[in-house]
Amino acid sequence: MPKSVSEEVNEQFEKAVDDHYNAIIKGEIKEGIEEGTASGVLVQEPLNAPPPPRPAGAPPVKIHCEDISKTFIQKGNQAVPVIRDITLDVYENEFLVVLGPGQSGKSTLLKIIAGLEIPDKGYVTLDGEPITGPGPDRGIVFQSYMLFAWKNVRDNVELGLKLRGVPAEERHAIADHYIRMVGLEGFEKHYPHQLSGGMKQRVGIARAYANSPKVMLLDEPFGQLDAQTRMYMQVETARIWEKERRTVLFVTNNIDEALFLGDRIVLMEGKLPGTLKTEYAVNLPRPREHTSMELLELREEIISNTELVL
Amino acid sequence: MAYQTVVVKESALVRALPWISVIAFFILWEGVVRSGMIPPTMLASPSQVVSAFIDKIGDPNPDGAIMFTHFKTSIEEAFTGYVLALLVGIPLGLAMGWFKIAEGLFRPIFELIRPIPPIAWIPLTVFWFGIGLTGKVFIIWIAGIVPCVINAYVGVRMTNPVLIQMARTYGASDWQIFKQLCIPSSLPMVFGALQLALAYCWTNLVGAELLAADSGLGYLITMGGRVARPDLIVLGMICVGLSGAVIGFIIDRIEKKLLAGIRR
Repeated sequence: MPKSVSEEVNEQFEKAVDDHYNAIIKGEIKEGIEEGTASGVLVQEPLNAPPPPRPAGAPPVKIHCEDISKTFIQKGNQAVPVIRDITLDVYENEFLVVLGPGQSGKSTLLKIIAGLEIPDKGYVTLDGEPITGPGPDRGIVFQSYMLFAWKNVRDNVELGLKLRGVPAEERHAIADHYIRMVGLEGFEKHYPHQLSGGMKQRVGIARAYANSPKVMLLDEPFGQLDAQTRMYMQVETARIWEKERRTVLFVTNNIDEALFLGDRIVLMEGKLPGTLKTEYAVNLPRPREHTSMELLELREEIISNTELVL
Repeated sequence: MAYQTVVVKESALVRALPWISVIAFFILWEGVVRSGMIPPTMLASPSQVVSAFIDKIGDPNPDGAIMFTHFKTSIEEAFTGYVLALLVGIPLGLAMGWFKIAEGLFRPIFELIRPIPPIAWIPLTVFWFGIGLTGKVFIIWIAGIVPCVINAYVGVRMTNPVLIQMARTYGASDWQIFKQLCIPSSLPMVFGALQLALAYCWTNLVGAELLAADSGLGYLITMGGRVARPDLIVLGMICVGLSGAVIGFIIDRIEKKLLAGIRR
């Protein structure tokens, strides 16, 4: 019985495919690298390169985010992917800054670490223990201060201690220590509405430190302050951090703030879903100057990199 | 200088306006009744009301009780109902605002009962409690509990969700958040309920006293109708209005003091 035309074509095609694979096996053609040839395909670099190997002698990992993604379902069942495939390590006693423009999912990342949001994929560990919800081992400083309006400065700072049932005398001593540390001595009896924005945020910082958390999470803490106060608060934050070493994850959209404060800056992609793009080590001595040459050079580099993406 | 003087004169006039308006109102009222434009069987003049009041201070006729007894009865009833409404309504509203179980259990029933006017309860109240003080207090309680529940519920619901998140990150339990965060931040709304509930209770007083009674301001009004004495009717109405305004003013002062103490 003679073969039909279609059968013949089919046979020829199968033979061609076989030949091609035989050639690959023999090493005559390299698959996947040769651009422009019939068999070669351009391999794209994965969007999220694996994190660079840890430097030798680096401090132990405090927070580990393993491949986390989060999608919010908005009204009308519209899915908005907010962050995607984020793998990130925060080392012990490191000041890590997550830098990204608005709408890059950086606050969501912080909330996931805080345990206030649950990732759709991946997990977060703190000291190797998986995070399942909010807890006092992570001290959070919110952008909008979030003080109790009906409590004075000392009672606000004592909040976490009181919730844990620390006796009053010990509580007062700890609160006084941190109130002094943030430079609010003499304001213990003041109520939040009597304080300026910068002072309110100092209360927020003192409150977080007073609870002696393992890590500090700061979510754009100076976003509501005027430029001058903001700069001053950065200096204060650096000073406090050097005094009270703690693992810090600091989220901001301000490059100068990131450079001034961070040991390491992780740059986030500027559109949803947020992904990690690059990482910069800021190996500059402290206290830093906002206008030092090295800082400005690194600033230039980060800005040029950001513009490329946007 | 001249400009300033003009301003001062104007503000004095503006300040006098409420008094002028009230005095003019009473003069007009007196004139309308005296001239016979409205027959005295339909409306009493202010002077008649005043003389009825003076008579009633010591004379229990024709309704059977002197003025002081009327006041005492009404205030007793309204106050008992009001306090009971606060004691039950505010905790219930607070709990409904925070605990899903309380909301699920009580919200549907509350939404059903809420639109029923308190006066509609009168016949059932007579079956249940007879015509004594309990029945009247019950009507007033029903009237007062609605704003208490709603305000406390909304007050808890309006607690800043980020504050709740913040408290959770400090390890606060549900009960601690409710006690230390939701209740304090709902207080302005709860204090609003003190005023609202009082107004509801007081306005439903007359309705409650439609139940057989032997004294009370609402009773004075009904009796005035029965014996065809417009002066007694108007006297009762004015007493309800004035004393309601005075109590409202006192509560307002207390509320401001308490809030100032909390907010400072």
